[in-house]
Amino acid sequence: MKSGSNLEKILASGQFAVTAECGPPKGVSAKAIQRKGDLLKFHCDALNVTDNQTAIVRMSSLSGCVLLQQMGVEPVMQMVVRDRNRLAIQSDILGAVALGIRNVLCLSGDHQKFGNHPGAKGVYDIDSIQLIQTLKLMRDEKKFLSGEDISGEIPLFIGAAANPFADPFEFRAVRLAKKVKAGADFIQTQAIFDVPKFARWMEMVRDRGLDKKVHILAGVIPVKSVGMARYMKNNVSGLSVPKELVDRMADAKDAKEEGVNTCLEIIEQIKEIDGVHGVHIMAVAWEDIVPSIVDKAGLMPRPIV
Amino acid sequence: MITTEQKKFEEIEQMTKGYNRLLVLGCETCSAMSFAGGQRQVSELAVALRIARKTAAQEGEILEDAVARQCEPEFVDLLMDIVADCDAVLSLACGAGVQMLAERFPDKIILPGCNTMFLGVTEEFGVWSESCAGCGSCILDKTGGLCPIARCSKRLFNGPCGGSQNGKCEINPNVDCVWQLIYDRLKGLNQLEKLEEIFPIKDWSSSFHGGTRKIVREDLKL
Ligand code: SF4
Repeated sequence: MKSGSNLEKILASGQFAVTAECGPPKGVSAKAIQRKGDLLKFHCDALNVTDNQTAIVRMSSLSGCVLLQQMGVEPVMQMVVRDRNRLAIQSDILGAVALGIRNVLCLSGDHQKFGNHPGAKGVYDIDSIQLIQTLKLMRDEKKFLSGEDISGEIPLFIGAAANPFADPFEFRAVRLAKKVKAGADFIQTQAIFDVPKFARWMEMVRDRGLDKKVHILAGVIPVKSVGMARYMKNNVSGLSVPKELVDRMADAKDAKEEGVNTCLEIIEQIKEIDGVHGVHIMAVAWEDIVPSIVDKAGLMPRPIV
Repeated sequence: MITTEQKKFEEIEQMTKGYNRLLVLGCETCSAMSFAGGQRQVSELAVALRIARKTAAQEGEILEDAVARQCEPEFVDLLMDIVADCDAVLSLACGAGVQMLAERFPDKIILPGCNTMFLGVTEEFGVWSESCAGCGSCILDKTGGLCPIARCSKRLFNGPCGGSQNGKCEINPNVDCVWQLIYDRLKGLNQLEKLEEIFPIKDWSSSFHGGTRKIVREDLKL
C-alpha cells in the first residue's frame, strides 16, 4: 500500500470504486461541507474537495478535506498549480499529510480568466504532470524538489485527471501514459457523455497497457435541465456533449428524471468497458441526487475494506 | 521585436497636462515597427495634442523629435539640447527607452506614451503576436521551435491540456493552442516521440524570477 487510503484499498482489491465531488462554500460555513459529507458518506468511497474550481475563490480544498476527515469521510484533496508555486505546493502537501489526507488529485486548474478574479496572476510554476512527479518524489524518495530530505513519511495515493475528449485525440492516451510515468496511481476522467469516443480512448489506453498500471475512474455528470445540457455543449471547453443528449433532455416531460436516466445508462455502459475501475460523479450544485444514482446503478452497498 | 501600443489619447492628455513645453519623442526601431511611436505617430500625436490644448485654451508648445533607438545612450545623448528646452518628455518608445531617458536626464519629467506589450512577431500587416517570454534559457529545440512559455496560457511544459479543442486554446476560441501547433509540427517532422518524454521542471532563476537581470560581456567592454 502506498497510502493505505480507503480509495486505494478498494481499487487494489479489484472492486469498482465510487467517488463524488464536494465543492466547498464561498464562505466560512463548515456546515456546508459537513452537510454534503453526511449526504454522501455511505454512497461514496471518497469525496473530492475542489480547489478554487473554475477559478472562483472558495474555502480552501485542504480545509474542506479536514472537515470531511473529522466526520469520518475520506477526502480526495484536489490541488491546482494555477495558485501555488513549488514552495507552497510542497508545504501544503506536508500539512495535508500531517492532517491525515491521503488522496491528492493533481490538476492544472481552469485559467484564472474564467473566474471571479480575472486580473489575478496565474502561477503555473510547474505543470500538472510535474506536480504528479513532485508528489511521487516526496513519497518514494522522501525528498523535496531541491533534493533535500523530508523528515517523515508521505503516504499519498496520487491522482490525476484525463480528458479523452480534448484534442488532438490521438495524443490523449500518450498524455495519460506521461501521467502514469510521472507517478499517477489513479485517474478521474472528464465527464463522459460520448461513450463510443470514450471507448475508443480506452482501447488506446489498453493497447499501451496503461489500464494495468493505473486505476481509471470514469467521470459522469447528471444533467439537471436542458439549459445545462446546452450550456455544457456550447460553452464548456473540453466537454463533448452529443446533440442527441440535448434533444433528449428537451423532449423529456421530466428533465431531471431524464438526466438521471441518461447518467445511469452511461454508468451502465462504462462499467462494461475493460479497464474502468470506478466512477466519479460530479453533480455540481445537485449533490442531493448522488445517493439515488449510486443506488439505482446497483453500486450499493459500498465495500468495507 | 518589442511591440508597443500607444496609450489612449485621454490618458496621454491627462498625464501631460500642466507641462507647457512638451517634447513628444519617438523611437525609430521597435516602436516605429509597431506603428505606435515612430516619427509618423509622433507627428500625429503632436497635432492631436495641439488641437486639444487649443480647444481647452491651454498654453504651451508641443515639440517633436525622434531618435533611432531610445534604449542606447549614444542616441539619447544627442537630445541634450532639445530636452533642456522642454518641461517634460513624452516618450513613445518601449519601457526600456522611457527608463533610459529618465536615467540620462535626472531632473526632467519623463512620461510613457505607450504601453510595452511583448516580444513578438508581425503576423500580417496590423497584427502582432507574442512569441518569446525572454525566460533566459531557450527550450525551442525541444518543442518544435514553438514556445509554450510565451504562448500556452498555462505555461504548460507537457501539453496540450484538457481544454485544447479544434486547435484552439480554452481561454479564447481566437487563440491557437500552441501545444496543438507543437504536436502538428513535430508530427510533420517525424519527431512525435519527443512528446513522450516528460519535460523536466524549469529553473526560473534565469528569468525575471531570479531578480532583475543584467548581461555583462567583459570581452566587449572598452
Ligand atoms: S489549450 Fe493549449 S494553449 Fe491553452 S492552456 Fe491548454 S495547452 Fe495551453
